[in-house]
Amino acid sequence: MTITRRQLLVLLPAAAAAWEFVLAGTPEAAPTYNLSQHWWGMLLDITKCIGCGSCVRACALENDVPDGYFRTWIERYHVDDFHIENPVVDSPDGGKEGFPKSGFTGGKNFFVPKLCNHCVDSPCTQVCPVGATFHTPDGVVLVDQNYCVGCRYCIQACPYGCRFFHPTKNVADKCTLCYHRITKGLTTACCEACPTGARQLADLKDPKDPIHAFLKTHSVQVLKPHLATGAKNFYNGLDGSVR
Amino acid sequence: MKAVRENCQSGWSTMVKLQDIVHLLRMAGVFLLALILFLVFRSAFIPKSFGRYGHYRGDAIDEITARPIAYAGHQTCESCHPDVADTKAKGVHAPINCEACHGPLARHADDPTTLTPQKPDVAHLCVRCHSENIAKPQGFPQVDAKEHSGEQLCNTCHQPHSPGFDQGVKK
Repeated sequence: MTITRRQLLVLLPAAAAAWEFVLAGTPEAAPTYNLSQHWWGMLLDITKCIGCGSCVRACALENDVPDGYFRTWIERYHVDDFHIENPVVDSPDGGKEGFPKSGFTGGKNFFVPKLCNHCVDSPCTQVCPVGATFHTPDGVVLVDQNYCVGCRYCIQACPYGCRFFHPTKNVADKCTLCYHRITKGLTTACCEACPTGARQLADLKDPKDPIHAFLKTHSVQVLKPHLATGAKNFYNGLDGSVR
Repeated sequence: MKAVRENCQSGWSTMVKLQDIVHLLRMAGVFLLALILFLVFRSAFIPKSFGRYGHYRGDAIDEITARPIAYAGHQTCESCHPDVADTKAKGVHAPINCEACHGPLARHADDPTTLTPQKPDVAHLCVRCHSENIAKPQGFPQVDAKEHSGEQLCNTCHQPHSPGFDQGVKK
């Protein structure tokens, strides 16, 4: 069969239109995560925390955290009067199974959930001799467990006690802010499991994130601000006794 | 005589200079070899992606990102269980995500027919949040389980997906 030049000129636009139609039916490519468009932090509302330990259990299940070690944990504080420098703090098994009844009947009592602050000027990153712990461009402090030599400097350096030495991997381990989840558009496991909304993941670069309105209208504090670590865990209702 | 001496002197100094250059060239050769060896070993030992974003292995970010998720997220649950989502939305448990009580169910979401989740352990689950504790915020509903129900299972009276103070109690 031969096609004349006239027939070809008619057929080509038709084929092009058909090809456009085929392309329109294919699904869009998955939205790729852009490292430069996020800046992660967390909002922790002490006035909402009930110490149920859901976050601790969720973290352990999501990240295979070994028993007796914690990437996040809850502390229970008791301040009786003016002894703000000497609070009574307990955290049975990191608060994983909740808290037993307190022996105190009065004073000030509250729970403080803790996790890596993902500091902007993190002491742990500064001391790593091999470049195994690092800041991602979206503000998360991570450990490259294939590169870590297990020297434990970072564990010593963290002023918040957020790192531990993994008992079987023999490398430093810490909260990743569920990096494998937040890069997929999900929230962290601890925030997903928190029943009262005491923990909220915050994207500080996203102008639509509700954290901006919250920070403008509440008295919010970070832990150990005098250390100038640039901590990004913002605590609402933080008492001065919390260390 | 004078001219001869000058000739000798200049010849002597040229020889000295030449000897120096040979010596220096040999040293330069050694340094060059060391530099080449250094560069070869450096490129062999430092991972390709080191320095892509900073003083660390850039591929580590991709490796950590690739980890599978365990908690599916409430949006995934609600896409298959809209009836439960509707019930829950009307009660005081509305803001609580499914997996806060039911546990991580991403694998169930991937394969809903073969991997069916177990029912939550009500005896322990409810009291973790609702047992009396002085450190809990005032206004949060707390009970002494023994006093409240004689340690009867909570869901004998309460509807866990929509427990109200009155409307959630089963008739």
